Amino acid sequence: MIASAFEYHKPDTVDGVISLLSKWGDDARVVAGGHSLIPVMKQRMTDISHLIDLGGISELKGVSIDGDTITIGAMTTQHELATDEALAEAAPLIREASLQIADPQVRYMGTIGGNVANGDPANDMPGLMQTLDATYHLTGPAGKREVKARDFYEAAYFTAREDEEILTAISFAKPSGGFAYEKQKRKIGDYATAAAGVMITIVGGTCTAASVALTNLSDTPVYCGAAVDALVGSSLDDTTIKVAVAAAVDASDPVADTRGPVDFKKYVAGVIVKKAITSALARA
Amino acid sequence: MGKTHLKMTVNGKDVELMAEPRQLLIHVLREELNLTGAHVGCESSHCGACTVDMNGMSVKSCTVFAAQAQHAEITTIEGLGSPDGLHALQEMFKEHHGLQCGYCTPGMITRAHRLLQENSNPSEEEVRFGISGNLCRCTGYQNIVKAILAAAAKMNEMKESA
Repeated sequence: MIASAFEYHKPDTVDGVISLLSKWGDDARVVAGGHSLIPVMKQRMTDISHLIDLGGISELKGVSIDGDTITIGAMTTQHELATDEALAEAAPLIREASLQIADPQVRYMGTIGGNVANGDPANDMPGLMQTLDATYHLTGPAGKREVKARDFYEAAYFTAREDEEILTAISFAKPSGGFAYEKQKRKIGDYATAAAGVMITIVGGTCTAASVALTNLSDTPVYCGAAVDALVGSSLDDTTIKVAVAAAVDASDPVADTRGPVDFKKYVAGVIVKKAITSALARA
Repeated sequence: MGKTHLKMTVNGKDVELMAEPRQLLIHVLREELNLTGAHVGCESSHCGACTVDMNGMSVKSCTVFAAQAQHAEITTIEGLGSPDGLHALQEMFKEHHGLQCGYCTPGMITRAHRLLQENSNPSEEEVRFGISGNLCRCTGYQNIVKAILAAAAKMNEMKESA
């Protein structure tokens, strides 16, 4: 399987990328780790005549923890996320999720930026970014702008990013309390049948803050506001958890595929959300 | 959209060649450089038979364009040992029957090599997690895991006595 011919560009600045995107428009695509794009190019399911490699831009790499804000450059790989001790200390949820993505070889190449910007509902980081209420940083011909992760996804592969923009970084407030990213998959390297990211803060026996989001259970990641409403203010007793799980399942909208029919996926979603809430609670 | 002048270091040797950007690293290694150790398995970044080491990372060379390997430092199975000087991993795969048909073996060993560079004393679970991007359809993995653990012990012993 060989991709159609393309011209390869490797600019060393973000401005260089934007000017290439502005020049070539629809004929150009950026590549980060390439593990979503290259297989599609090899199958000739897409037509790209200009491939712009983001791998040479140092400003897109690295993790910075500045007070309460954590910023991760788009080209930071899953392997780097999983092995960064300072990040594991500040936001252990990231390591927990990144180690559940793909396999070791893919994690060396795959980046957080590619994972969130591609718009594939099966990717794990978009769901996690809903949980963290992250902000995406975009740069385009008109300059920089920010979009909340919860406003970014419109439909499968359709996002708020304009064609001539790139995602340069994600940021989020340093999380506190208990956390979990639980994923049911058929095998290592598979996408989730269902996955959920949960954060829970408890003060004096009462849940004061929570976040619940789903991966691969709709054509976009799903932030479960009704599940959060059920949890916050409660003592997180079994009945409340049941209500929250039901609300999260209700917010899902999976389609039947090789991972199973809709009823099965909703069943697995319930199991996974319950597991994520229970393990976040145990760590809160 | 012609060919690009590529420079790489492969198994310690500087190489230069002309390749189309769309050529895959696995094809450059096998067809341009005659390094046929790394295999083409699934061609879809699942099986790991094409695993090579690129800039200190294990990569599936069926999912890397030649152009992305510009200036890269690459190690293939040919760079780890030779028929009369087997690498500890190769020796232990032989010793512990870590292969049957052998198709996955170059990728498995190249991956195991990087794993042991990062974690010289892995647990069985860490080995299994570390090679989870490499499929073997013969062995059931038991002997591969044994071989990697034995190679780790041997490499550590060699380091101590050095």
